[in-house]
Amino acid sequence: MQHGKARFIAGFLALPLALYVWYVVWPFAQSIGYSFTDWGGYSDEQHFIGFANYARLFKDELIGLAFWHNVFFLITVPLITIALALFFAFLLNVGGRGNRAGIRGVWGSGVYKIIFFFPQVLSLVLIAIMWQAIYRGDDQGLLNGLLIKVGLVDQSNPVGFVADPTPFLGVPAVLWWILFIAIWGGVGFYLVLFSAAMQSIPKDIYEAALLDGANRVNSFTRVTLPLLRDTVSIAWVYLGFIALDMYALVFVMTPSQGGPNHASEIFASVINFTAFNSSRSGRYGYACAMGVALGIFTMILAAVQLRITRRERLEF
Amino acid sequence: MSDTRSNFASLSPLSRRSFLQRAALAGLIVTPAGGLLAACAGSSTDNNGATGAASPDNPFGVADNSKVDVIVFNGGLGDEYAKFDQTLFTGKHGKVTVNLSSTQKIKTEQQPRFSTTPADLINNSGADSMALDALINDGALTDLGPLLDAPSWDNKDVKVRDTLLPGTVDDGTFSGKFYVLNYAYTVFGIWYNKALFDKNGWTAPNTFDEFFTLAPKIKAAGVAPFAFAGKYPYYMRWAIMSWIWKSGGRQAVVDIDNLKAGAWKTPEVMAALGATEKLIKDGHALTGSATLSHTESQQAWLDGKAAFLPVGTWLENEMKATIPADFKMTISNFWGVASGDKAANAVFAGSGEGWIVPKKAANAAGGMEFLRGMLSKEGAAKFASLTHSLTSTKGSGDNVTDSTALTSANSLMKAAGELVSFKFPDWYGDLDKGSQNAIGELMAGRMTAAKFADTMQVAADKVAADSSIKKQTRA
Repeated sequence: MQHGKARFIAGFLALPLALYVWYVVWPFAQSIGYSFTDWGGYSDEQHFIGFANYARLFKDELIGLAFWHNVFFLITVPLITIALALFFAFLLNVGGRGNRAGIRGVWGSGVYKIIFFFPQVLSLVLIAIMWQAIYRGDDQGLLNGLLIKVGLVDQSNPVGFVADPTPFLGVPAVLWWILFIAIWGGVGFYLVLFSAAMQSIPKDIYEAALLDGANRVNSFTRVTLPLLRDTVSIAWVYLGFIALDMYALVFVMTPSQGGPNHASEIFASVINFTAFNSSRSGRYGYACAMGVALGIFTMILAAVQLRITRRERLEF
Repeated sequence: MSDTRSNFASLSPLSRRSFLQRAALAGLIVTPAGGLLAACAGSSTDNNGATGAASPDNPFGVADNSKVDVIVFNGGLGDEYAKFDQTLFTGKHGKVTVNLSSTQKIKTEQQPRFSTTPADLINNSGADSMALDALINDGALTDLGPLLDAPSWDNKDVKVRDTLLPGTVDDGTFSGKFYVLNYAYTVFGIWYNKALFDKNGWTAPNTFDEFFTLAPKIKAAGVAPFAFAGKYPYYMRWAIMSWIWKSGGRQAVVDIDNLKAGAWKTPEVMAALGATEKLIKDGHALTGSATLSHTESQQAWLDGKAAFLPVGTWLENEMKATIPADFKMTISNFWGVASGDKAANAVFAGSGEGWIVPKKAANAAGGMEFLRGMLSKEGAAKFASLTHSLTSTKGSGDNVTDSTALTSANSLMKAAGELVSFKFPDWYGDLDKGSQNAIGELMAGRMTAAKFADTMQVAADKVAADSSIKKQTRA
């Protein structure tokens, strides 16, 4: 009987699994293979060159620059997105207490949830195009237009936004403006994720805390946060992946895709340029090495992250 | 990838770029299958079918009662013009049948048939077109040389070759053979609204000096003198390279393309760069122009916020939904740089929208004859009036009266000296990106002309010294 069950399951899984292996796993394996070659991408000629591509990676100034830009996102995107999402989720689910009995969110929380979640419905490219109109660098831009009307910005010197390489806290302004969009677009999803997790926390725990005299801050830090640990940890890993990508926003929004003058260069934009546009021979093999390095880096980060936050799960 | 003036001219830069990226990705995915297809197409036996008697009216000897399969790309230029060419053809050859079909899926439909039963004439264009270098390397195309040397449709004493605009033969020649007839012709230059200029009594400048004299008057009228697409710096690269060509002549650009030491720092190149720098430093650019996309800058120009805008002749088609009724779009040549210019009459222009005759075409003679008809005065004029684009036949815009853009481009080509062309961004991706970054900085006022020349020279020297980069040269 057990045997038959396994065959039954395998029967259903065979096709998707085969598709997955052929279209996902196999290209990954191929990339690893190519990363050890000097393949240019268009010919059928390639030679094994060992770890030469990887050695070159560490001397590549552009990759170095892109790496630090990704690290900037890696720190800021998860931190700010999770903090905001937790804060809003708490307000929407248990934050509204007032003088009535019971645990509930602030007034109108259902509407807020939809509004916050909305960016998640749009494709990233659409978001980038929409924000282009908001960030536009002359008086026709939504933000510049407003700022000029209010008198905060001089009409002859509007804010450059994603075309502005001036450093702010040591990081080019363009990266901060892109960060803002990433957070704006990301908070809604994690808000809903955390909301779902919060709703699975039994209300009596909050009521017990309430009876013990806990205020909002206490019930958040002592009850909500510890019980959301698993969800937050997963969110952190997801957001880490997003921070290592950021390709769509950079590609659509910045001048010469990673500019101005490399100010918003990230791993993905360098890989794209190296694989398809670089004039060096062996470009594709080198780009594969970049991809593999990024993949390894991502996996290490995820493993470390999950290991650090691993704890015994609380059943309720 | 960067010199997008050929088939991609009608797409926006974003879609051009993303298309190329996707095409490259798709190419990688189908590499094994593509290799097999290429292998099949490798062998080449001429199979040009039965031919009839050749005469000046039928130079390729198209046989009576034969049929010609013609595939037209139904994209930005439509397929109306090809239907007209069909009537033109059957008017001359009543006993030959033309099967005209239009599609946007050129590669999807034609590639599988290419090594066996291809059409006789294909408009290889659009996002789903076949890679030219692959077709040529596989020997899959008919040499269209006989078409160039055939008598023209309208006058049997004039060869087809002599009815074409300059650049058309070069653009379609690969390894000494003429494989592609590019039918549409794109002119680049500086646009202005003649209605606005007439109203204010301004004269469009021919040189930077005249521009700098006029600019304060334009500003006084509340208009910014110059707008450009700062987000995509290769738009300004067309202008800057044209200015360099005018200032230093052909040799200056050839030296740059050939990565010659010091090519970016000659006095002639510096004069062109210096004029560009002055344009920005003196505050003649529309505020925020350095951050605008091509359509944003073009709309700002249409809205009357700026007087001049550098771009190609696809402008009218791209913006046709928002052109004000009283607007008189007019293109002028890129300005001369200084009185000592070596090539003041040079024009930046070139042909695109390629037509090919497959090697295995059953009726190659019919395909070429159809092309000969398309290149006739009547065919070319019809194309110009339908699409508001020039064809590569001389004077195609002569009789078009409802487009100031086309009329001005037509007269610009009549006064044209040599044609500007530059290759380094196509040859060296690193210099493509490097020059775009540097132009972005120059046009945003964050980089001086001297620093720009240094940056480009360092980048060029680096490519020249890198033995892993395959070098190309031009004479």
